[in-house]
Amino acid sequence: MNAAMAVLAGLFLSAGIYLLLSRALIRMLLGLLLFGNGVNLVILVAGRLSRGVPPIALDGKLPLAGAANPLPQALILTAIVIGFALFSFLLVLAYRAYQSLDADDTNEMRVAEPKGGPEPPLSY
Amino acid sequence: MQATRDMIGIYALLLAIGLPIVMAWPLAALERWVRGAIGWIAALMGLAGLGALLLLVPGLGETPSRVLELDWVPSLGLRLAFRIDGLSLTFAITIAAVGSLVLLYAGDYLKGHPHRGRFIGFLSLFLGAMQGLVLVDSIVGLYAFWELTSLASFLLIGFDADRQAARRGAIQALVVTGIGGLALLAGGVTLALVTGSWQLSGATASLVASPAFPLLAALFLLAATTKSAQVPFHFWLPNAMEAPTPVSALLHSATMVQAGVYLVLRLSSVMSGGIWWNGTLMVLGALTLAWGAFGAFRETDLKQVLAQTTIASLGLLMLLAGIGSELALAAALIYFVAHALYKAALFLVVGGIDHGTGTRDITSLRGLREPMSLSFIAALMAGAAMLGVPPLLGFWAKEEMYKAAALPDMAMIAALAVLVLGNVLLGAVGLLLAIRPFMGVQLATPKLPHEAPWGMIAGPLLLGIAGLALALLPGEVERLLAPALAAVAPAAKPFHMPRGIDLIGVPFLLSMLTWALAMVAYRLFNPMRIGLNKALRRVPSLDRGFDRAYFGLVRLAGAVTRLLHHGRLEIAMLTIFVMLAAAVLLPLALADGWPLRPNWPDLRLEEWGVMALAVAGVVTVVFAPGRLMAILALGIQGTAVSLIFLLFGAPDLGFTQFMVEILSVVILGLVMTRLKLEGRDPRPMEDWLRDGSVALVAGGAVTLLLLRVLETPLDPRLSDFFNENSAALAHGKNIVNVILVDFRGLDTLGEISVVMAAGIAVLALIRVARSAKPVPAAAPVPEPEAEAEAEPDKPKRARRRSPA
Repeated sequence: MNAAMAVLAGLFLSAGIYLLLSRALIRMLLGLLLFGNGVNLVILVAGRLSRGVPPIALDGKLPLAGAANPLPQALILTAIVIGFALFSFLLVLAYRAYQSLDADDTNEMRVAEPKGGPEPPLSY
Repeated sequence: MQATRDMIGIYALLLAIGLPIVMAWPLAALERWVRGAIGWIAALMGLAGLGALLLLVPGLGETPSRVLELDWVPSLGLRLAFRIDGLSLTFAITIAAVGSLVLLYAGDYLKGHPHRGRFIGFLSLFLGAMQGLVLVDSIVGLYAFWELTSLASFLLIGFDADRQAARRGAIQALVVTGIGGLALLAGGVTLALVTGSWQLSGATASLVASPAFPLLAALFLLAATTKSAQVPFHFWLPNAMEAPTPVSALLHSATMVQAGVYLVLRLSSVMSGGIWWNGTLMVLGALTLAWGAFGAFRETDLKQVLAQTTIASLGLLMLLAGIGSELALAAALIYFVAHALYKAALFLVVGGIDHGTGTRDITSLRGLREPMSLSFIAALMAGAAMLGVPPLLGFWAKEEMYKAAALPDMAMIAALAVLVLGNVLLGAVGLLLAIRPFMGVQLATPKLPHEAPWGMIAGPLLLGIAGLALALLPGEVERLLAPALAAVAPAAKPFHMPRGIDLIGVPFLLSMLTWALAMVAYRLFNPMRIGLNKALRRVPSLDRGFDRAYFGLVRLAGAVTRLLHHGRLEIAMLTIFVMLAAAVLLPLALADGWPLRPNWPDLRLEEWGVMALAVAGVVTVVFAPGRLMAILALGIQGTAVSLIFLLFGAPDLGFTQFMVEILSVVILGLVMTRLKLEGRDPRPMEDWLRDGSVALVAGGAVTLLLLRVLETPLDPRLSDFFNENSAALAHGKNIVNVILVDFRGLDTLGEISVVMAAGIAVLALIRVARSAKPVPAAAPVPEPEAEAEAEPDKPKRARRRSPA
C-alpha cells in the first residue's frame, strides 16, 4: 500500500517535472500543479498510510487505535493552501506576461537578458 | 622620568597617528567655512605631530622601544603595540615635516577647486596611516596601516576622477601595492609562526638559518618592491603622477614609496646576511637605479622626470640596504632624509612652475629666474642637494655611500659602478631642474609666469634650508640617526656624521668624478633623450601587461555572467532537477544502499480504482492534444488525489484539495480561453527525450528514496505528542486542526499572510492589465519606437487577442 503510493508520487513528480521543463508557460503551470500534488503525496507516504480512521480524539484523550498520523496532514494542509496561492499568482503573472510580451515561450522572454547583450566596458 | 617619557610617547602617537586620521573628515567639512585657511589649519595639525615626535628624540637612547600596548583581539592574543626607536622616529619626523609643508602647499595649490576640502581630508588620512605604518610594532597593525596607505593613495591618485588616465593610475597603484600588501600579510603571519610573537620586535635572533627564510625573504621582498616601485613593478609610479602635484610630492617621493624601504630596513637586523635577501635587494636595486636614472632622461614632462628619478633613488636605497654593511645602512639613512627633503622640494617647485606658467614641459620653459626668483632659489638648493654639493646633506649621503661600496670585491665594484652612474645621472637631472627652466631667454608659456603664493613657496624654501641646516648641525642629526642605525644594525659601532672632507680619499675623488660627468650629461641632455628613447623603446614593460590582465579579468567576468545568466529558463530548471536527482541518488548509491524490492501491493478494489483514476489524469494532462482536455484531466487527477486523502484517513485534506482543484480548474478554464495552448508540445525530439529522461530519473529517484525511508522505522514522538496533548492541552478533538490553529498557530498566520500577499499581487496585476488596455483599444496609436525596434519583425497586434 505504501509502496504503491510511493510509485504514484514518483509518477506525479515525473509528469510535473516534464511539464515544467517545457518552455510553454501554460504547460509549466500545469506541471507546477502536478508537482505540488506529488510532493504532498510524498509527505503523506513518508508519515505512513493507514486506512480509514482519521486522527480525532473522540471521547477519551487519545484517538482510536490505528488512526492516521496527524503530523503530515497538518503539513499538507498548509502546503495545499500555499500552493493554491502560488498557482493563482503565477497564472495571472503568466497571463500578463503573455499580454505584454506576446509570447508564452520562455525563450522569447528576453527583456532582462537580451541575446547578444552589450560587452562589458573595456576601459578604466 | 620613565613614566613621563611614556606619557609623552602616548601623546605623540595620538597627535601623529590618531589626529590626522580622526581629522580627515572634519577637515574636509571645514573647508566650506574657512576657505583658504584650510591649508594653514591642516599644516598646524601636522606641526603638532612633528613637535610631539621631536620631543621624543632626547629619550631615544634610554627608553625601551615600546611605549604603548593595548589589547586588540585578546582571544587571538593580538595586541596593538607601537615602537618608538631611532628608525621609526627618523621616518616619522621626516614624514611629519614634509607632510605639514605639503598640506600647507595643497591649500593654495587647489585654490578654487570644488573638492579642495575632500583633498585635504584624503591627505590627512594618508598622513596618519603613514605615521602608523612606521610607528606600529604589531604585525597585523603594520598590515592594516600598509593597506590604509594604499587606499588613501588610491583616493588621491584618482582625485581627478573625470580623467581616465587618473582612474587608470589609481587602479594600477591599488592593485600593485595591494598584491604587495597581501604578500606582507603572508610574510607577517609566517614571521609570527617562526618567532612565536605577533610583534615585529619579537624577532630578535637572526632568521637566516631558519628553514622558512627563503619564504620570508620572498614575501617581504615582494611587499617592499611593489610598494617601492622596484623593477619590474616600477611601472605604476610614473602613472601615479596623474595625481595633483602635492600628492606626488608627499606620497611618491618622501613617504608612501619609502614604506618598502622602511620595511627592508626594519627587517634587516634579522634578515640581513642571507643571499636570498641581500643578493635580491642588490640586483633589483641596481637595476631599478639604472632604469630610473636613464628613464629620467627620456621624459620632457618635469613631473615624469622627477618620477623616474624617484624610482632611481628608491633603487639606490634598496641597493644600499642590500649591501647591508653598517656604512651602507648609515648611508641609506642619511640618503633617505636628504632625498625626502630635496625631492619633495623639487616636486613642489615643479608644481609652482606648472601653477605659474601653465606648462610642465621642460623644452618650453626658460628664463623664469626673474618672475619666479624664490622658486629659483628653492630649486637651486634642491638641485644642489641632488647633485651632492657640499655642504648640503646630499653631499654627505653620497660620500657615505661611496665609502660603503669602495671595497676590493667584485660585487662591490659592480655596485660602486652602478652607484656612480646613478649619481651622475641624478646629478645631471638635478642641474637640469635647477638651471634650465630658470636661465636663458624667456619663452612664451600658456600663462604669464608669476611667482606662486606664500603657502606654495614656503614649503620648498624651508625644505631646502632644512637640507643645509642638518648638514651644518651634525650633532643634532646624530641624535636621531645614531639610534636609527642601532635599530637597523644592533651590532654596529656608534654612528657619527662625517665632519671633514678627506680631500684625497676615494669617496671624494669619486664625488668629483660624479660632478664632472654630471656636467657632461647635463650638456648632452637633448641628444641623450632622443638616443635613449630610440634605444629603450622596445624594452618590455608590465604596463601594457597590466591592461591586458585587467581587461582579461573584465572579459572573464562578462563570460561567467553570460554563462550563468543565459536567460534560458528551461536550462536553469534542468540544472535544478538534475541536481535534485543527483542529490537523492548519490547518497543512496554510495552510503545508504538501495531499497529492497517491495511486495505486490495489497490494495483493495476501490484503492486500485482511485490509483487508476490518478494515473489516467496525470497521463492525460501530459499528453492532452487540446487545452480543454488538459484542464479536465487536471480536474480528474485532483479529484483522485482528494479521494486518496479520504481513503487514508485525511478527510480535511480531501475536502480542501477538492475545493482547491475545482477552483483551479474553473480559473484555468477562464484564463485559458484567452491564452493559446499549442496542441502539441513545441519541443523538438531531442529536447523531448532529454527532458523526459530527466523527469523520469528525478521522479524515480524520489520514489526510491521514499521506499528506502519506508524501510526504516518511523519516529512517532512528535505525532504522539500531538495525539496525547491536543485534547488535554488545547481542548480540541480534531488533532489536525488543533495542530494548525494552536500548536503551529504562528505558522498558519504566516500562511494566511502569504495567501493575502498573493491575493493583493493578483489584484494589482489585474488592475495594471485593465489600466493598460484603453491605450491600444481607444485609437490605433503607433507603437512606441523603442518597442518596435526591440522586435522589429514581429506581428504583435495580430497575435494578441482583443481584450473583450
